[in-house]
Amino acid sequence: MPGEHSTGSTPRGATTPGDDLVVTGVSKRFGGVPALSDVSVTIRAGTIHALIGENGAGKSTLAKIIAGVIGPDEGTITLGGRALHMRSPREALAHGIVTIAQELAIVPSLTVAENVYLGAEASAGGFVRRRESRRRFRELVERVGFDLRPDAVARTLSTADQQKVEILRALSRNASFVVMDEPSAALSSHETDALHEIIRSLARAGTAVVLISHFLSEVLALADTITTLRDGRLVRTIAATGATEESLIEGMLGRSLSTAFPTKHPCATDAPVVLEVSHLRAPRVDDCSFVLRRGEILGIAGLVGAGRSELARAIIRDTRPSSGTVRLNGEELTGRGPRAAIRRGLVLIPESRKDLGLLMGRSVRENVSLSRLDLVSRFGWVSRARERRLVTQFMDVTTVKAASMALPATMLSGGNQQKLLFARTLMCAPSVLIADEPTRGVDIGSKRAIYDLLTTMADEGLGVIVISSELEEVLGLAHRVLVMRHGRITAELSGADVREDAVLAAAFADSGVS
Amino acid sequence: MSKTTTDSSELATPPVPPSTPSLAARVHLGQSWRTAGILIPFLILFAVLSISSSAFLHTTNLINILDQQASTLCIAGAGTLVLVAGGIDLSVGSTYAFAGVTAGMVGQHHSLVLAIGAALAVGLVVGLANGVIVSVFKISPLITTLAMSYVIQGIALKVSSGNLILTGTIPGFTTFATAQFLAVPSAVWITAVFVVILALLLSRTNFGRYVVAAGGNAEAARLAGVRVGGIKITTFVLSGLAAALGGVIDASRLGSVIASSGGAALSFTVLAGIVVGGTSIAGGEGSGWRTAIGVLFIALIGNGFDLLGVDPNWQQIVLGLILLVAVGLDMWTRRVRR
Repeated sequence: MPGEHSTGSTPRGATTPGDDLVVTGVSKRFGGVPALSDVSVTIRAGTIHALIGENGAGKSTLAKIIAGVIGPDEGTITLGGRALHMRSPREALAHGIVTIAQELAIVPSLTVAENVYLGAEASAGGFVRRRESRRRFRELVERVGFDLRPDAVARTLSTADQQKVEILRALSRNASFVVMDEPSAALSSHETDALHEIIRSLARAGTAVVLISHFLSEVLALADTITTLRDGRLVRTIAATGATEESLIEGMLGRSLSTAFPTKHPCATDAPVVLEVSHLRAPRVDDCSFVLRRGEILGIAGLVGAGRSELARAIIRDTRPSSGTVRLNGEELTGRGPRAAIRRGLVLIPESRKDLGLLMGRSVRENVSLSRLDLVSRFGWVSRARERRLVTQFMDVTTVKAASMALPATMLSGGNQQKLLFARTLMCAPSVLIADEPTRGVDIGSKRAIYDLLTTMADEGLGVIVISSELEEVLGLAHRVLVMRHGRITAELSGADVREDAVLAAAFADSGVS
Repeated sequence: MSKTTTDSSELATPPVPPSTPSLAARVHLGQSWRTAGILIPFLILFAVLSISSSAFLHTTNLINILDQQASTLCIAGAGTLVLVAGGIDLSVGSTYAFAGVTAGMVGQHHSLVLAIGAALAVGLVVGLANGVIVSVFKISPLITTLAMSYVIQGIALKVSSGNLILTGTIPGFTTFATAQFLAVPSAVWITAVFVVILALLLSRTNFGRYVVAAGGNAEAARLAGVRVGGIKITTFVLSGLAAALGGVIDASRLGSVIASSGGAALSFTVLAGIVVGGTSIAGGEGSGWRTAIGVLFIALIGNGFDLLGVDPNWQQIVLGLILLVAVGLDMWTRRVRR
């Protein structure tokens, strides 16, 4: 990459100090969990300022505070020396601050011009003045140099062109600060080049761009200034000149693994293979192959959107793979849907327990027994006594704390809700468990209990796959780690190679670097 | 693997913060509200009518109410399953009419058994079509069953040329629903058995659990290994069968049948009964016996207004307001548990 970032380090735009956006001592907590602690950053007008960090480091939270989507608990934001108190994106817009989020906010059925002027149409007596709108649109497009037809329906545009529409909308509101959250995540490489040119031209025209990106090469190529965040705290803000991918990665990690993990008991290298995935292709899963052995904990790391959950869903046949095979205990897995996989001993604990895991309004008892009602029923008739006995047994094993089995799942803490899913899984007596983000939104105590559960399950002969965005967790639990990027497995690390920097390097790399 | 279930009990048990009891109490309040929400008004109405009208508390009147509500109760019992599974069935009114017409026409030339069989076959086919369109082709149940109701009514009118079919003259046909046992007509007995079976199916069987799961969170249910599509189809088939049974009961009970009977009015009455009974229109929650009380509650209002000589137009207004209260109560309990 070294040759590339010379283009990004050329100073550009007039930096009038009066227009700087200054964030001072900003803190933000979500439900008691600190997302940002005492962060101070100055964003200069006409520069490209990158925010980087691991998943959950606080980049998006900071960007949302700058954009007025959420307010800080403490700290101030000043623009040109005046304090800003923004309570909504609309108020931020009044100050010239616009966000272009990961999820595009365009109306697919409207035309390009209609989208650009959405909510700010040139109108007379309630009627949109089309001619006036088009004239304004032409002027705007000429100023920026985009090639977009005003009458094209937004739905028919490529993602990059849709982003252009959003950028035009931002510019039409005279934005002086544009916040971009992962703008190139959904783009092809050709489109990414075009986007980079747009970002540069924005900065040349005096607009400040706050860029959040997981792609370090992109950051180095574009940014003038780079701010690194870790665990909600500011690590440092540096000029992009002289920074390297290595130095940036070093800034993003730099914490020792906590001792909060149970001891690993790696399985024998010749332990029998329980799961063999070969050349699996499915939506957002590209040619993935790996094996899982009896008693092994395999970690799957990667950035959000790298295709980890999609791989898990393809393995259990929730999405139909377009090609490739999955062998469970030597037998090819066929049949439709997760039901077939569960019956054969392959169980997934999905990533979002509220949306994909639990029936939140139903009782603890019903939630645990759902997958194996056949164990507690005769001729399709549920035996409540038998059900209560079995559910109690599995709740004990998984240390679920609930005042009553009749309580709805909503009434349990996040940790106990997660353990309900483990109880349901154990009731299926699986030989392979895939746990997707098993400790998301779980308190520290329950985290440790879940780690113990996963370790115990592996010790007792299950093959366990742990998918997690918390690198620490993957490293602390897994005997072997796969790193995914863009739907592919880009690295396989085992033994002494299972290190944070190696995983990060593979996760952030543009191609399979290990 | 059974080892896992027994041996890992020595796992570390770190302290876990207990769930907040105040919130739990509030939800239990919400739960009991749902039950009380229909039972208490029903009992109050029953008591008020017993006191204010001398004719109300007569066995004849009460049996009459049950007899008149037999078909509605059957259809609402099955409709509860459809709603709990996250669907809705607006075609029951037309299926009811078509099945009645079929039974009448077949009954004129063939045996009673064949007539009933043909009618039930109609219900089964309609229900299966609804279920497959909803589950396989992923078309909204509201639209599917609305469209189906036009198709079925059209076919029923075509087949019968819109004529009134007299069933009272067919030997033995009327005995199906009007035979007396312990001074109660067979229509009421059939309905009681059918509704009890449906209520138990929902509350006590694996199938019932899957119905609740499919309607409560279809995605989670599927990932837990529930055949959501098959479950939904089954609820529509039961609904179609129930509508056909209702049609046969009334064709037998009333002595005549016409293709323009039932229709949208019946579909909406059934839906009103289910919702007043506290079954959630959003799916994932509901009970068969509460539906029965909901249907009877609406029937009592009608009967009471008749006995007390109140302007029948008030009946509609009151029913509308009660529906709103029932749905409002459902929304409220849902908000409490968020």
